[in-house]
Amino acid sequence: MITHPRTEELVEAVARWIDTIRPELKPRDAFLARVAVNVLGVVQRELTLGPAAEADAIERMSGLLGHGGGYEDLTAELCARLKSGELDADTPGLLAALRANAQDQVAIDQPNYSSAR
Amino acid sequence: MEVDIAQALARLAPALGGTGVEGAQRLSGGASMETWAFTLTGPGGPHEMILRRRPGPFDEETSRSTSLATEAALIQAAAKVGAPVAPLIRLCEPGDGLGEAHITARIAGEALGRKIVADPRFEAVRPGLARQCGQILAQIHSASPEGIPLKRSDAAEELDRYEQVYRQSGAQRPILELAFQHLKKHTPAPVADVLLHGDFRNGNLMISPDTGVAAVLDWELSHLGDPAEDLGWLCVNSWRFGRSDKPVGGFGDYGDLLAGYAEAGGVAVDLSRVRYWQALGSLKWGVMCLMMYSSYAAGAESSVERPMIGRRVSETEIDLANLLEAGL
Repeated sequence: MITHPRTEELVEAVARWIDTIRPELKPRDAFLARVAVNVLGVVQRELTLGPAAEADAIERMSGLLGHGGGYEDLTAELCARLKSGELDADTPGLLAALRANAQDQVAIDQPNYSSAR
Repeated sequence: MEVDIAQALARLAPALGGTGVEGAQRLSGGASMETWAFTLTGPGGPHEMILRRRPGPFDEETSRSTSLATEAALIQAAAKVGAPVAPLIRLCEPGDGLGEAHITARIAGEALGRKIVADPRFEAVRPGLARQCGQILAQIHSASPEGIPLKRSDAAEELDRYEQVYRQSGAQRPILELAFQHLKKHTPAPVADVLLHGDFRNGNLMISPDTGVAAVLDWELSHLGDPAEDLGWLCVNSWRFGRSDKPVGGFGDYGDLLAGYAEAGGVAVDLSRVRYWQALGSLKWGVMCLMMYSSYAAGAESSVERPMIGRRVSETEIDLANLLEAGL
């Protein structure tokens, strides 16, 4: 991909512009503009953190399932084996792997979310 | 036809005990339910009131929510057992020209969860809130449901309902899948049904900086079921507003909640049962987030807010993973 500008820089520029006009908006639009800025934050983080997060998730799921594959196929197989009960909360390494995947996803979706241990 | 709320309320003023109405203002933007604030004026001085009305048609039989008439009956039943509510002033009649609606007093205070957990104004009452919530839930659970048309549900039925919604969404989320299977396998032993509030959480509680919980709001999800459902819902991390170290609403601890519940005559409830329902609560919220995304994807809702809520599913996944790792 070209670098001058990178895609995430374009997204960031739009988010900054929305922030500058927010004070002039009516309450409902000001609220939605804040949501829109948050949306762009997700897009920006997915662009920068997404590839590594997906590669790590593939590696963790491959470890659980005993073979490699694409993200969607591995996720679907993992879900099917959880649904059938073949894998469950007692499966060694399962919760740690799922937790790590969720942690990476939250880092994209809501980096300030305070999770409860 | 669009109803002129201010005009209809002004016509109703004598029936409410006043002579006029000032400052009618719509508060929330919900599509299915409108909330209006207004001031009743008259010789008795001004009275702050709240109108809740449903602008569209409603079928109580098939809906998860109650009708406003049922909500009015619930408010009265809760008031009768001493739970703090915004007292009912009028259940509207067809002649009132407001459609399906009721009017309550407006209770002063703050209902925004993030302010309640962080604003210095609430420092004095915050340490007592968890115990107070326990006491109030015990009161609500002692209320008589007689004559109030409420549905009933238990953990197995809730799981079944939400699993169907999850399957329909087409989403593939391993932690939600695991949570469904785990919670189905470990449903708690049945207990006697009680009247539940159904949405008792930080955000639906009007908090006074002087006295703590001043009113329990939003009764439309009330139903009959396991007392631990209400206790667990209050502890779901999604309504702790960043204070995940305070499991009860972001303001208190489990021990205080359960002590308050027992003090006010509630049945003995194990913490493990509360944690089970807390996990089920996180799972339900995760599925609700998927539903809100689905309503956007289907074209039923166009607001930017809807698809973004779909990105809150991961918060419930991390919370569920933590609960499962802790053995619930």
